[in-house]
Amino acid sequence: MFDFLDGYDVLGAFWMTVKLTAFSALGSLVWGTLLAAMRVSPVPLMRGFGTAYVNIVRNIPLTVIIVFSSLGLADIFGVTMGASDDFPLQGFRLAVLSLTAYTAAFVCEALRSGINTVPPGQAEAARAIGLSFRQVLGLVVLPQAFRSVIGPLANVLIALTKNTTVAAAIGVAEAASLMKKMIENEAQLVLIGVVFAFGFVVLTLPTGLAFGWLSKRLAVKR
Amino acid sequence: MTSVLYDAPGPRAKQRNVILTVVFFVLLALFLWWIWRAMDDKAQLNWALWEPFTTSQAWTTYLLPGLANTLKAAALAMVIALPLGAALGIARMSDHRWVRVPAAVVVEFFRSIPVLLLMLFANQFYVSSTDISSDSRPLYAVVTGLVLYNASVLAEIVRAGILSLPRGQQEAALAIGLRKGQTMTNILLPQAVTAMLPAIVSQLVVIVKDTALGGVMLNFTELLNARSTLAANYANVVPSFIVVAAVFIVLNFLITSFASWLEGRLRRGKKSTGVVLGAATVAGTEATGAGGTI
Repeated sequence: MFDFLDGYDVLGAFWMTVKLTAFSALGSLVWGTLLAAMRVSPVPLMRGFGTAYVNIVRNIPLTVIIVFSSLGLADIFGVTMGASDDFPLQGFRLAVLSLTAYTAAFVCEALRSGINTVPPGQAEAARAIGLSFRQVLGLVVLPQAFRSVIGPLANVLIALTKNTTVAAAIGVAEAASLMKKMIENEAQLVLIGVVFAFGFVVLTLPTGLAFGWLSKRLAVKR
Repeated sequence: MTSVLYDAPGPRAKQRNVILTVVFFVLLALFLWWIWRAMDDKAQLNWALWEPFTTSQAWTTYLLPGLANTLKAAALAMVIALPLGAALGIARMSDHRWVRVPAAVVVEFFRSIPVLLLMLFANQFYVSSTDISSDSRPLYAVVTGLVLYNASVLAEIVRAGILSLPRGQQEAALAIGLRKGQTMTNILLPQAVTAMLPAIVSQLVVIVKDTALGGVMLNFTELLNARSTLAANYANVVPSFIVVAAVFIVLNFLITSFASWLEGRLRRGKKSTGVVLGAATVAGTEATGAGGTI
């Protein structure tokens, strides 16, 4: 029944999806945290830059960014990410770069909204009892902010997993591009669809359940 | 600006902020200058590449028809997905297990798989099982994929909207003798719709952005697809990307502004007893499972 799978590396394609997700998640967490720090910083110029970056990037379709990374960055500006003669690797790295730049805007927003959920009274009370700036941030504000940020961050991670399929637009051999090839060549359209849909359910559903449980467990009861 | 993170700056903090501003300004200027140099090196600043966008031909032949298709697909998807999503969302709150469970399975399933998979599947399905002409097939496939995905997202928004209403609304409606259906249509839905309007409008941004997928993967002639035809004609890849990105930014900015204006207005107007669900609700409902639309 599943002999149509012969000759196709389905697991390899999903492994590529996982790799894209993992690298982009790491990158966007770092860049998104930096952006969030800029957006809440006391320096107006940094705040302005953070706001501009987030508002510009999240209004551009990810597809535009990824296709530009290939046709513009690589082909015209010669940004080959250190893999000019290895085309698949170059596509992978460009996809990670684009996904990182795009997802970071949403990570930034998730972190910022987490900081905003901490009531100002918490910091005011902490200052009133004589805690220093570092203590206010380290003992009172950030622990509460981190807990409320788990749920939104998990949603960004799940969306990122699904968004890695857009890398198919520049020929990265991940799940969606393999599915496109398979449904064009094989007759079992529904079965192939089910296999790939199942793969993504397996990737995203446990993440959602685990983080949902975690964020409920750690939620600050107010 | 007052913040939970720091006090009003004193003299030392003010001095430090000035230094940080200068350092950051220099870094930013260097970065922008570097981009400008790179553009100049590759001759991307030549007026000949930008000039087509000042003529009406580039717009009327390529970009505006593309934009019209983008808007058409997004509008169709929204109009079809909204009633479907409302039905699924209400079904998920049914008192009958045999209605509630299948609705929940459908919603969670379509929410957890990428919209691109749905588009590809729909396209191949139309190829093999219907005789839709190959001209209109991409539009059908894109709209089908968007509808399947966004109906389940909207179902969660509708559910969150109804759950945000105070329990007393439903209890009072049942107490005065309304049926369950009447309670839903006369009491809960009208209030929930006002509460979730901003979230629904924000979802439109996600739909508009996802139409671009169809342009690359299914050759649907939307804005991004029109860009490649235009760039093939004028040989201006980078300027065309910048212009198309700017069009998307303006379009989505208008939608987002409308959503937040609506949110503010509804918050002030208080037509509903529940809280107003803002844009953030779209990204994460408190339901379990794999949500997440960005």
